[in-house]
Parts: sequence; C-alpha cells; structure tokens
Amino acid sequence: MTVISDMFIVFLLLAGAFFSLIAAFGVIRFPDVYTRNHAASKSATLGVMCILLATFLYFLVEDGFFNSRLLLGIAFFFITAPVAGHLISRAAYNSGVKMWDKSVRDDLKDKK
Amino acid sequence: MKTNDVIFQTIAKVVFFMIIFFAVHLFFAGHYHPGGGFVGGLLTSGAIVLLMLAFDMKTIKKGFLIDFKWLISLGLLFSAGTAAGSLIFNVPFFTHAYDYFQLPLFGKTSLHTAMLFDLGVYLVVIGVTMTIIQTIGESE
Repeated sequence: MTVISDMFIVFLLLAGAFFSLIAAFGVIRFPDVYTRNHAASKSATLGVMCILLATFLYFLVEDGFFNSRLLLGIAFFFITAPVAGHLISRAAYNSGVKMWDKSVRDDLKDKK
Repeated sequence: MKTNDVIFQTIAKVVFFMIIFFAVHLFFAGHYHPGGGFVGGLLTSGAIVLLMLAFDMKTIKKGFLIDFKWLISLGLLFSAGTAAGSLIFNVPFFTHAYDYFQLPLFGKTSLHTAMLFDLGVYLVVIGVTMTIIQTIGESE
C-alpha cells in the first residue's frame, strides 16, 4: 500500500518539477511576450499543482494529516494563475508590444 | 481601446472570499499553529486591496462603510483594554487568563484573553494598511 502511494507521490513530484522546468525553458526560448506568457502560465500552473498535490498526499499517507490548506492552495492557484497571465498579456497588447514577425493572425487589430 | 475588466472582476469577487476565510482561519489558528493577528490582518487588507484593483475606490468605499482610521483606534482600545483589564483583578499589568468552555457548536474550547489582544492587533494592522494604501491611491 505504501509502496504504491510512494511511487504515486514520487511520480507527481517529478512531473511537477519537470513541468516547471519546461516552463522555464519556454520563457527563455520563445520569441515574444505572448508565447512566453503562454508557456509560463500554463506549464508552471500544472507543475505547481502537481507538487502541491504530492505534498498533500505525502502528509495524508505518512502522518494521516489532512491538510486542507494545500487543497485550498491548489484551487486558488488554478483560479488565479491563468487570470494573471491574461492580465499580463492584455497589458502588453494595450501598451503596444509587437508580436513575433511570423505571427499571422491578430483578431484585436481592428477593435480600436 | 475600451478596456473590459469582466474576467478580472469576476475572479476577484470569488477569490476575495477565499482570502478572507483563510485570513480568519490564520487569525484563529494563531495560538496553536503559525498565524495570528498580524498575518491575518495583512491578508484581510490584501483581499480588500484586490477588490480595489479590480473595481475603483469609490465602489469599495460604498461597500466598506467604516473609515479605516477608526479601526486603528478601536484596535488600540481592545489591546490596551485587555492589558489593563488584569489590573481590576489585582494582578500585574498584561496578565492573561484562560479557561475551558463547553460551547454548543464547537465542543470543548479553550478561550483565552490573549485572543482579545490579538483581535486588537488584527484591527490595527487592517486599519494602518488600508489607510496607507487609500492615502497613496487618492493623492493625484
């Protein structure tokens, strides 16, 4: 029982760390602010949620301690992180930050 | 371009209650777990600041009818009153008392006068933070 749960917790932790690493790579490698924001807000959100879930399961299995604050943190991060990404992207667009040269579509161009 | 804040405002309305409940939890957890009046007060004022960012200041003032400067004096009154209350029972200043009570919904609970002192700290922190932010935000 504990071996299975340990493997599950290890998998969640490694997956969370991997997704956070991918997010950092995306922020460095992508060409403009919108694609970088796409990488940072999506991948980092999933990574942090995986790590929080692993922490919750660890304390539940090892100590039998139901830490509701971690569940609240998961819900809170799931709600707020995409909205933060949306606000940053919109602030960048409204202040006139250029898209990447090879972008083909800009739906907001005519909505002045 | 006309800005449209509907996503931010909707999320702020939901998240406000999550932050407020967590702040109250931190305030009451302060005696046995990390937390207490200071963090709870800061988190409460953080929730109000989130609403001020999402909406404008006049709307928030309509919602919170109290002047936050009164919260500072009320909190100081609570703290000083709790500390001075021990003088009535002929014990040194700041002596606290506690006992266990059988409350109807919570069961056996220990009530401590340090909580009243913490309530004073909580109110002062909310009052000071909100006064600073309102004063800076309103100066043109």
